[in-house]
Amino acid sequence: MGVSINWLKDYVNFTWTSQEVAHRLTMAGIAIDGVEKRADDSILELDLTPNRGDCLGVINLAREIAALNGTDISIPKIEMQENQEDVHDYISVEIADPDLCPRYTARMVKNIKIKPSPEWLQNKLLSCGINPINNIVDVTNFVMMESNQPLHAFDYDLLGEAKKIVVRRAMAGEKITTLDDVERELEADMLLITDNGRPVAIAGTMGGQNTEITDHTVNVLLESACFKGTSIRKTSKKLALRSDSSIRFEKGSDINGLIYAVNRAAALMQELGEGEVVAGICDCYPDPQPLPQVVLRPERVNYLLGISLSPAQITDYIEKLKFKWHEEEGNLLVTIPSYRPDIEMEVDLIEEVARLHGYEQIPATLPCGDTTQGGLTAYQKFKDRLKQLMTGTCYEIINYSFITPRYFDMLLLPSESNLRNIVRVANPLSEEQSVMRTLLLPGILDTVSRNLARKNSNLAFFEMGSVFYPQGEGLPVETLKLGAVVAGKLEMNWLKQEIDMDFYYLKGVLENLLCSLGIDHLMWVEANDQCYHPGRSAIVKSNDKILGIIGEIHPLVRQNFDIKPRACAFELDVDTLYELSHQRVMMEQITRYPAVERDLAIVVDEQVKAFDAIEVIRERGGELLQNTVVFDIYSGEQVPKGCKSMAIKMTFQSSERTLTESEVNTRIDEIMMGLKAKIQASLR
Amino acid sequence: MIDRLKQIKLLTVEKIAELTDFDSLNDLKVKTLGRKGEITMLLRGLKDLIGEERVEAGKVANEIKNTLENLIDRKTIELKTKELEMKLKDERIDISLPGLPLQVGRKHPISMVTEQIKDIFIGMGFSVAEGPEIESDYYNFEALNVPRDHPARDMQDTFYISEEILLRTHTSPVQVRTMERLAPQIPVKIIIPGKVYRKDDDATHSPMFNQVEGLLIDERITFANLKGTLMLFAQKIFGEEVRVRYRPSFFPFTEPSAEMDISCVHCQGQGCRVCSHTGWLEILGAGMVNPRVLQYGGYDPEKVTGFAFGMGIERIAMLKYGINDLRLFFDNDKRFLTQF
Repeated sequence: MGVSINWLKDYVNFTWTSQEVAHRLTMAGIAIDGVEKRADDSILELDLTPNRGDCLGVINLAREIAALNGTDISIPKIEMQENQEDVHDYISVEIADPDLCPRYTARMVKNIKIKPSPEWLQNKLLSCGINPINNIVDVTNFVMMESNQPLHAFDYDLLGEAKKIVVRRAMAGEKITTLDDVERELEADMLLITDNGRPVAIAGTMGGQNTEITDHTVNVLLESACFKGTSIRKTSKKLALRSDSSIRFEKGSDINGLIYAVNRAAALMQELGEGEVVAGICDCYPDPQPLPQVVLRPERVNYLLGISLSPAQITDYIEKLKFKWHEEEGNLLVTIPSYRPDIEMEVDLIEEVARLHGYEQIPATLPCGDTTQGGLTAYQKFKDRLKQLMTGTCYEIINYSFITPRYFDMLLLPSESNLRNIVRVANPLSEEQSVMRTLLLPGILDTVSRNLARKNSNLAFFEMGSVFYPQGEGLPVETLKLGAVVAGKLEMNWLKQEIDMDFYYLKGVLENLLCSLGIDHLMWVEANDQCYHPGRSAIVKSNDKILGIIGEIHPLVRQNFDIKPRACAFELDVDTLYELSHQRVMMEQITRYPAVERDLAIVVDEQVKAFDAIEVIRERGGELLQNTVVFDIYSGEQVPKGCKSMAIKMTFQSSERTLTESEVNTRIDEIMMGLKAKIQASLR
Repeated sequence: MIDRLKQIKLLTVEKIAELTDFDSLNDLKVKTLGRKGEITMLLRGLKDLIGEERVEAGKVANEIKNTLENLIDRKTIELKTKELEMKLKDERIDISLPGLPLQVGRKHPISMVTEQIKDIFIGMGFSVAEGPEIESDYYNFEALNVPRDHPARDMQDTFYISEEILLRTHTSPVQVRTMERLAPQIPVKIIIPGKVYRKDDDATHSPMFNQVEGLLIDERITFANLKGTLMLFAQKIFGEEVRVRYRPSFFPFTEPSAEMDISCVHCQGQGCRVCSHTGWLEILGAGMVNPRVLQYGGYDPEKVTGFAFGMGIERIAMLKYGINDLRLFFDNDKRFLTQF
C-alpha cells in the first residue's frame, strides 16, 4: 500500500526527506519497500508485517513517526451540527453473535446531495490508489485510510420497514449479491449484517447490492463496527473475496477508534454533501472491555536484550509511544491503547523499547553458557558419508518431493502396486506436483530425460531424499532413499578408453559403495520389477535383508520417459544400509606364508550364473580358500553351443604354514567334483 | 716392458674418452684387462724379468691396471647416466593433457552450502536435529504461536494433505519436537537443515526449498548473543569484511524479532542491481524465542530464554556462487551441476 508524505504531514511534523522517513521507519520495523516520487509529493510503499496492520491507517503511521522524532500528532477536530432528532428513532441494532461482533455503531446522515468529491479529497484517495466515486463513498474510504477503521454506508431508504439491524451468523444456503455484482452463497458461521431477515452485507467484507449507495440516495446509514479478525479472515478466504475492509479487520481493528471514525465520516458528509446529521450514535457494545494493561519489568528489558537501560530511559521510550503507564512495585504498568492490539505481553513491550532504542545500539556478544560439544550423530555422519562416496561416480541432484501421478503409469506399475498408495496434496499448484513420491526413480529418470533433451550426454546422477507412504490418519511414513542412474559412457576424453556405463558399471559403483560401508554377504537375486529389464535387474540383499534394487531400465519405461540410450539405476533404503554397515574394529593378522593361486576353466550351460559356481567353490574350497574371482567369460566357437566357459581364479592361503602342492590339489579335486555334480561343469 | 705398458695406457685412455656406447667399452675392457687382454698378457711376461726391473714393472703394471679400471668404471657410470637421460627424454609426455577422471561427481551446491553452514555452527557447539517433512498443523503452526485463522498464516502459503496434516512450511517444527524431547534440560543448542514447502512458484519462489534454522535455549541468552552469533556466522560464510545490520520484524514464534541484512556481496554495499541499490541484502530472520513457544516446548520462560534464526539455503548459495535463477537448483542440468 502507498502512503502519501503530504497526507502524513497533516498529522505530524517532520523535516526528514522522504528517503530519511523510509529509512527510519524501516529500521524501526515498519518496512518501506520503496519511495515513489511524484510532482509535489512522495509515496511510501509499505510492506507491513501482519502484526502491524494498524499502520494501514495514516494517523497510526503518523504516530510511528512521532514516536521516532519525539513529537506529538494532531488528530483533526470533528466539527458538525447534529439536528434535534435521536438516531434511535431511526435505527436499532441487535448483535446476536457478540463473539464475532463485540461492538456495532451506526449514525444517520439525512438529505444528502450525492455529487463528486472536492479535489483535495479525490487527490488523497488517488495518492493511495483508490478511485473516487462520489462524496459518500469517498468519505467512507477516506476515513478508513485515515483512521484504519472500515466503514460501510447503507441507503437508509432501501432498508426494510422495521429499521432494525441484526448482526448474526448466516444460515447455510443464504444468498446475497454483493457490491461487485456477484451472487454469493453463504455458509453457516459467516457473519452477516441483516435487516428484516435478509442479508444486507457480509460483515466486514463487502456490502450488498440491495442497499447500495446510488445517485438517488438521500439518507445514509453509516456503519462503524468491530468484527472478529479470525471470522472475517475465514469468510473472505472461503468466498475468495478480499477487500480493503476485510484486510483491516483480519489484522485486528481498534474497538474504541470506531467512534472517532463514524463521527469523522458524518462530519465530512455534512460538510461535503450538505447532509443533516441526526443526533447521537447508536452504539451496541454489550460487553465493554477496559484497555489491557501489561506489566513491564525494567530489569527484564535488560535481561532479554543484553543491554543496560535505566528505568528512566525505558519510560522515555514508552512515553514516546504515548502509552500511559504508572509505576507499581518497581515495575511499569503500561496501558495499551486499543489501536495497538498486537501488544499483548511483556515481550511485545520489550520489542517496542528495543526498536525505538535501535537494534543497532544493542551490542553483539557471544553466549557465555557452558561450552557444548556439538557435532553430528552417527546416523547424520553416515548420511554425509554416503553422499561423499557417491560423488566418486555421480553428480548429486535434488528433485521435488511431489510428482505427477502419471509417473506411476509411465513406470508401468501394476494397479495393485503398493507404490501407488500415495499421500496426495489437497491443494497442489498443479497436477504435475500433486502427489508425494513413493520412489526416487521417476524424478531421476525425468532428470535424465531433460538432460538428454538438452544434448547433455554421458549422465551419472544420484539423489538422496525422502519418499512418503500413507499411514492411516496419522503422519505418513517417511523413508530415506538413495537412488542413482547412469546412461552413456564414462568419459575418458583423449585417452579413448571409453567404458560403457551399463549394468556392470553401476553394479561396480554399488559394490564399491557397499564395500566402503562394510556391508557384506551380498546376494543378488533376479528381480521381477516392472520398471526394470527382466533379464538385467536384481534385488540386492545382505544377510537376508533387502537393501534395494538395481537394474537396466525397462525399454518401455525408457520410451515413456523419452530416454533413447540404455540407462541403469538403483534405489536403496538408507536406513537398512545404516543398520547393516559396520566399521572394522580389529585388524586381521597378515600371514607370513605365501598364497597359492590356481586358475580353473570350466564349461557350463549358458544359464548357469557365475554366483552358482562361486557358491560351490566356496562350499568345497574349505577354510584355506581365501578368494574366488571370475576373470573371464567366453562363449563362441571354442565351446559347445548353448554353453559358456568360465575362468575362475582361486587363492589358497594358511596363516600357519606354507601350503603343499598336494593339499591344494586335493581341494581343487574336491571343488571340481562339486562343480560337476551341482552345475554339470566340465573342465575345459 | 714399462714403456709398452705406458703406451697401452695412453692409447686406452684416449679410446675410453672417445667411446660413446657400452658395447665398445666392454670390448675395450676385454681387450685390455680381460683374461687375454693386452695388459694381462704383458703381466704374464713379468715372470721373465728379474730383480729391480721386475718389481718396478709390477708396480707400474698394477698402477696402470687400477687407473684403467677406474676410468672404465667411471665411463660406465657416465654412459649409464647418459643412457638414462636419453631414455627419460624419450619418455617425455604432454603433461598438459588432463589426468584420468577417476572422481567424476560432485555434491549439489545446496548440499555443499548446507554442510558449510552445519560446520560453522557445529564449531560453535551446536548439534544437528532433523524431523519429518510432512508435519501436523500443531507442530508447524499451533505450537509456534500461529493459531488457526491468524493473518500470520498468510506469510507462509501452505500445502495441505488434510485438515491436520501439511507439508512443513519451515523447519521450525523440529524446534518444538526437540524442546519436547529435551525439556527441562538446557542448553538446547541445535541447527535444523531440511526441505520445506510453500505454495509459491515464480522467479524468486520455489514450491520446495531448503532451510537451516538454529535454536539456542539456555539461562541468560540475550538478543545481544543472537547478534554476536549471527555476526560470527556471516563473517565465516561471506568473509571477514562483511557488514551486517538488523531490522525489527515480525515472526509469531519470536519476540522481539529481527531480519538480518548483510552488506551486498557484489558491490560491497555501494549499491547495485543485486541489492536494488540499497547496499544491503536480506538473508535471514531471527529473534528471541516467544515465551509461548517456550511454554509449548515445556520450558519456563522465566527461567530460560533463547534465540532462534532461520535462513533459506538457496538464497545463501545464490549469493555465494552468483547464481541468478532459483530454478536452476531443481532443474539438475549437468552443465550446472558440474560447476561446483
